Amino acid sequence: MAGKKFSRTWLTPVVAVLVAFAIGAILIYIQGADPLKAYQSLFSHAFGSWSGIAKTLGKATPLVLSGLAVTIGLRAGLFNIGVQGQLVMGAFAAAWAGYFIHGLPIYIHLPVALFFGVAFGAGIGLIAGALKAYRGIHEVITTIMLNSIILALVDYLAGHVFQEPGQILARTPHILPSATIPKIFSMPSGFFFAILLAYGVWWVFQRTTSGFRLETVGRNKSAAWYAGISVKRSVLIAMAVGGGIAGLGGGIESLGVIGRFEPTFNTGLGFDGITIALLGRANPLGVIPGAILIGGMRGAAASMQFDAGVAPEIVDLILALVLFCVTAPFLAKWLKSTEVGAKISSGWGN
Amino acid sequence: MKKLLSFKWLLTLLLVVITGYFYSKDGVITSSVVSTALIFGLPLALAAMVGIMCERTGIVNIGIEGTLLFSAFVGFFTASATDSDFYGVVAAVIAGTASGVLLAFMSISWKMDQIIAGTIINILATGLTSFLYKQGHTAPTTSEIDIPWLSKIPFFGQVLFMHGPIVYIGLVLIFVLYVALFHTSWGLRSRAVGEHPGSADTAGVSVFKLRYLNVSIAGAVGGLAGAYLSLELVGSWDRGFTAGKGFTALALMIFGRWNPMGALAAAMFFGLTQAVTNQLMFSQIVKIPDQFVNMLPYILTIVVLAISAGKVRPPAAEGQQYEKEQA
Repeated sequence: MAGKKFSRTWLTPVVAVLVAFAIGAILIYIQGADPLKAYQSLFSHAFGSWSGIAKTLGKATPLVLSGLAVTIGLRAGLFNIGVQGQLVMGAFAAAWAGYFIHGLPIYIHLPVALFFGVAFGAGIGLIAGALKAYRGIHEVITTIMLNSIILALVDYLAGHVFQEPGQILARTPHILPSATIPKIFSMPSGFFFAILLAYGVWWVFQRTTSGFRLETVGRNKSAAWYAGISVKRSVLIAMAVGGGIAGLGGGIESLGVIGRFEPTFNTGLGFDGITIALLGRANPLGVIPGAILIGGMRGAAASMQFDAGVAPEIVDLILALVLFCVTAPFLAKWLKSTEVGAKISSGWGN
Repeated sequence: MKKLLSFKWLLTLLLVVITGYFYSKDGVITSSVVSTALIFGLPLALAAMVGIMCERTGIVNIGIEGTLLFSAFVGFFTASATDSDFYGVVAAVIAGTASGVLLAFMSISWKMDQIIAGTIINILATGLTSFLYKQGHTAPTTSEIDIPWLSKIPFFGQVLFMHGPIVYIGLVLIFVLYVALFHTSWGLRSRAVGEHPGSADTAGVSVFKLRYLNVSIAGAVGGLAGAYLSLELVGSWDRGFTAGKGFTALALMIFGRWNPMGALAAAMFFGLTQAVTNQLMFSQIVKIPDQFVNMLPYILTIVVLAISAGKVRPPAAEGQQYEKEQA
């Protein structure tokens, strides 16, 4: 990657983030708070100390994976906005396997529990993929509907069927020590695994035929069809792999951070994934900086409210503005930057 | 086509017979269930109109959810601040129009991918309303207007003529849209732009202007739907309280074949399933966990799409950018 091309590709996301923060500052000011103080608190809590960094990386882990899940969809011409549901399903399944299966050593129990997360996430992705491939239903609607269905389903499961005994809250029992992801030097080890996976996905798209096939389908379906690539198969693969990665994100969250499944946690992770994927220009490695930034903001939002009296929802608003600035062409045009590589198909047809 | 037509009438007849049977058993409950079906179905129908107006001119709008959330928010807090339900509704319609203009701007002027443009509206609406939301406010809600004479008719009186003002406005609007879309030159031009913008352009129709106009008006309709949600149906506003209605509306639009009457019928069917479920739960005839009751509309949406997919044809130029040919 040449230096000039690099700066052209990444200038837009960086400026988009700065513009979003600037607009956010104005809104904070209008609300009668001090934007400088708010941002200072936000960043010092997120990146200013080892414990802060550990928290940030912990928050960033599921975000890297949800961003990857959206990225894989975008590359294959699909807009997977159901990462939220896939992730939550994975979080529940992994937590269930983490407390229900007894008597296994950690080197078997932990992978098995994570596998449950991957498999259930992939299953949910596959439902949307199959509806798209065989019935031609646009994934945007099915995945949104599945999000709501799964939210209600896991709420029921964690609140009734698999509820912790004697508990009023909807939550499962705590996972066993044999399913807990160990920490390395008090850093969440799931994060390093997520980075490795991002490299893996990047390698698949850059160097393998399977990746090339998916990308061809994403860029031009008829051309892919003429070349003998099965579009249906690609849709199924992209949704299943994306769902599986999202499910893994949920699993790591359950087994490494929360220690059980509780429906009130893991909210919004999937939608941040959309922002992260588009901020990363649909590049598997591009999701890493975005996920760290957003993870830091999410982790430090409560402290910022305490320090500067700004509602933590300012983070939602800044992220929405980031998404707007990074996708709107005015910045790219102004900065003479290159466009996003993959374009997703508009319209309900195939 | 003929086969489907008879199926449609058969289904209608069946519904009429069932309703008649229950009405003879218990008139009060049956009237209230059917009336509730209209109350639940109307926001979906109005939101589906937003989709129809946009897509008939070739613009995909998946930002309806955001339009509903944002306009309901603006409507509620304006009504709260001015202590007037009327100003609240007006503000909601203006807010809806603004979101329509933003979508038009992104997808027509900036030629952005329309799915991404719609998603931005959704996420922006969520972020903005979450940040600005203040708990503990109340607002005056619209009050029920009983139409003189007509509301005295047994059954139909309660079902059709004892509602809040937005129900009447909404129903009239849907019929007007139906007539306008298929029986006026505006409708013909709009559909032409959605099917083959090149030909429409050749015939002297300004593709950009008409798309801008229709997407903006659609936003206003979405604003009315938002006002209905916060000021007439629920009477309050909460984060994410639109609960996917904007997406369900798109499914109803597809199921109703991009026809206002079809979408209205589909929305009423949705409303009816919800009203019947509520009644069953209320009278404790069946005991289903709340979560499964909440799931019902989402599952129905997917089922409805799975049934209608492949049998319906969307407007041909939908989702595509139109580039004027250079001389």
